[in-house]
Amino acid sequence: MNELVNYIFSVGFANSIVRMSTPLIFVSMAAVLGAKANILCIAYEGMMLFAALGGVIGSAVFQNLFAGMLCGVLAGSIIAGLFAYFVLVLKTKDMLVGLALNTLGSGGTIFALYMLSGQKGSSISMNSLQFPSVAIPVIKDIPVLGDILSGHNLLTYLAYLSVVLVYVLLYKTPLGLRIRSVGENPDAAESVGTDIVKVKVIALMIGGILASFGGMFMSMGYTPYFTRDMMNGRGFNAIAAQNLGVGHPLLTMVCAMVFGMADAFGIALQTYRIPSQVASMVPYITTLLGLVIIGQAQKKKEKKRALMLGARE
Amino acid sequence: MAKIAEKTDEILSMQHITKIYDNGFMANKDITFSIRKGEIHGLVGENGAGKSTLMKVLFGQETAEEGRILIDGKEVHITDPLAALDYGIGMVHQHFMLVPSLTVAENMVLGSEPKKGRLFFDYRKAVRMTKEIAEKYGLEVNPEKRVMDLSVGYKQRVEILKILLRGVRILLLDEPTAVLTPQETEELFIQLKNLRKNGFTIVFISHKLNEVKEICDRITVLRDGRVVGAADVADVTEQDISKMMVGRDISMDMEKKPAERGEKMLCVNHLGFTNMYGKKAVKDVSFDVCRGEIVGIAGVEGNGQSELARMLTGLEEIQEGIVTVNGKDMKKMSIRQIREEGVSFISEDRMTYDLATSVSIEENMISDRFYKKEYNRRGLMDREKIAEEADRLIEDYKVACDGRNAYMRTLSGGNMQKVITARECASNPSLLIASQPTRGIDVGATEFIRRKLIALRDQGTAVLLFSADLAEIMQISDRILVFYGGEIVAHITDAAQIDETILGEYMLNIRTQSREEIGGAVI
Repeated sequence: MNELVNYIFSVGFANSIVRMSTPLIFVSMAAVLGAKANILCIAYEGMMLFAALGGVIGSAVFQNLFAGMLCGVLAGSIIAGLFAYFVLVLKTKDMLVGLALNTLGSGGTIFALYMLSGQKGSSISMNSLQFPSVAIPVIKDIPVLGDILSGHNLLTYLAYLSVVLVYVLLYKTPLGLRIRSVGENPDAAESVGTDIVKVKVIALMIGGILASFGGMFMSMGYTPYFTRDMMNGRGFNAIAAQNLGVGHPLLTMVCAMVFGMADAFGIALQTYRIPSQVASMVPYITTLLGLVIIGQAQKKKEKKRALMLGARE
Repeated sequence: MAKIAEKTDEILSMQHITKIYDNGFMANKDITFSIRKGEIHGLVGENGAGKSTLMKVLFGQETAEEGRILIDGKEVHITDPLAALDYGIGMVHQHFMLVPSLTVAENMVLGSEPKKGRLFFDYRKAVRMTKEIAEKYGLEVNPEKRVMDLSVGYKQRVEILKILLRGVRILLLDEPTAVLTPQETEELFIQLKNLRKNGFTIVFISHKLNEVKEICDRITVLRDGRVVGAADVADVTEQDISKMMVGRDISMDMEKKPAERGEKMLCVNHLGFTNMYGKKAVKDVSFDVCRGEIVGIAGVEGNGQSELARMLTGLEEIQEGIVTVNGKDMKKMSIRQIREEGVSFISEDRMTYDLATSVSIEENMISDRFYKKEYNRRGLMDREKIAEEADRLIEDYKVACDGRNAYMRTLSGGNMQKVITARECASNPSLLIASQPTRGIDVGATEFIRRKLIALRDQGTAVLLFSADLAEIMQISDRILVFYGGEIVAHITDAAQIDETILGEYMLNIRTQSREEIGGAVI
């Protein structure tokens, strides 16, 4: 037990949090875009799985990392595109489509894997590539901080960069303004000539690309191969992080890192013979608690605002 | 010669507009309507007279079946709101087209955002543009405030600025004062007069005569989808306009014997209601309703009647005052408990609160009492008994349908309303609260329902009737309460003796009653 406590306060654990948060941050940024545009999309697991396998196959076939990445993004975007077509164009129920696409993601990847490699469990037999690790010049030489921040996978750095990009997109560009207005008051957006479906499709597809990177991190970074159902609910945790972060990119990133910590904690627990299931519960319990706290705070805020407006009359 | 001069003066004219909705309702019948440059033109009429429809046609939200629109003498085709904006016509809706979490400046430029470089949104410029146009027209706003923190009057100002920024010359304001407090209304009028001075043309939709009289140069009065007159405001009195608005040719005569007033069923004491925007919609209202009488609530819509009805039917919490039904305090009762006291409701929004359109007539007929013992046997519903009752009600109420299992949505409006009336009356209520029971339905069904209300009264039911239809109120009520600005402004003890014009004047607050007279509503 002492060892565990020591580990938690070690550099290794901090490093692990930064790493484990990578897929969650990518996907939670996708969820932020979706939420801002008022799209209820739960198909991120499906997108991640498709992208994870797509990247593995692509890089194995072309023996080129960039080509593999394109294949991964394309595969993830197929799921995002299907969702957009069914939900935004054909107007079918978002929940059902999301559910179906996640199931398709799970079954479809196993099927494709079996067809290509003859194995149902993992893609170890394929000679796929990985995203490289990057040592950051200067920072790597700083004691402690260098060990925590440097030497991560390229995608880890991209994940943190995506937070900034999504923030800028949402709050500093015309498209971001439109995404937010479409999500909040579609009538208002339409009355000034905004094509609501178009804006939503764009938001969803950008999200699809982000989720794809999250998926590829799992099969081309964290582990060097694809394993069946390897996302383990990360697509859903990301949605929870977005909810806890009330849709703000920076807050959402912090929440995603809390879940990343729970993941890292779970892995650490396994080494100390404590059932990992205990740790797997942490993200969900955190979500529930967080939603209660945020719900209450918002209620208070609403009340204050109503009173303020009332007093003005 | 004079005629030509008048023509050039016209900035916009709508000629022979006829609009028929998909359900066959003819909202505009051969309307010809024109406005002159630089005037504030009042478009006046009761609810359902066709004002909003006409403006929707002009703004491209609805397409007219017949007629044409001329701007500066040239015929134009306005297919959608964007086209209308291009022609310089902008509309301020009753429901604001604003995004609450965005700032004023962001809302202002939405859809045509200024850019910094090729990619980025130039927020500073948006703020500057907002400031400039606000100063130019004397409509003060803080561009950096979030819309959700603004009062209703402020939001309206942003809406007006929004369309001014898009370069409109003609502003259509759809009942702009309906949501405003008196102070805000005054402010709005100053702003509108200012805009007129700046050369803008304004169409002001309203049914509040004092406002029309105060601010408009000319008016056009609509009734039942037709134009009944147009005039210079200076040439007519409020009474004249009122007569044009409500004037009906004949009212259906309905025989009824004098009311035999019994014990008190509903007592309303100092009831008040503040809506979610902080506006006091109902103010210190007190009255009683007794068995064996019909009390009618009259008033121009939007004067607190809906809120009162919602409170009395349990849809809205009672915030201030006491309401007792059958001597019991209603505040803590659930809707079912209120119904258990023998109260029945017909609500004004039948599609939302009265009916489930995707289930059968039979199921709708028993939806208020399916849980009761007599309709259940060994934990399951007693289908036979229910069917029997449904058949009987369909026959009694002459519901035209394909039998009790037909889907509710296959019925016409009048027949739907008959099903509701059948359900609500079948339980022999001690108190019936009926809101707009005959709105939008055909003459036959209307008469049938009115007779039913009188029959209930004769059996000793207390009836509280909310209606925007003056003729209906006068015809079947025993007493009438008139609402204006959320208050009871008149209590008419003998509905049979009141003159329609006088009632109309109470409704528009041209004529008033003393406190003592109004106090008579509490028995």
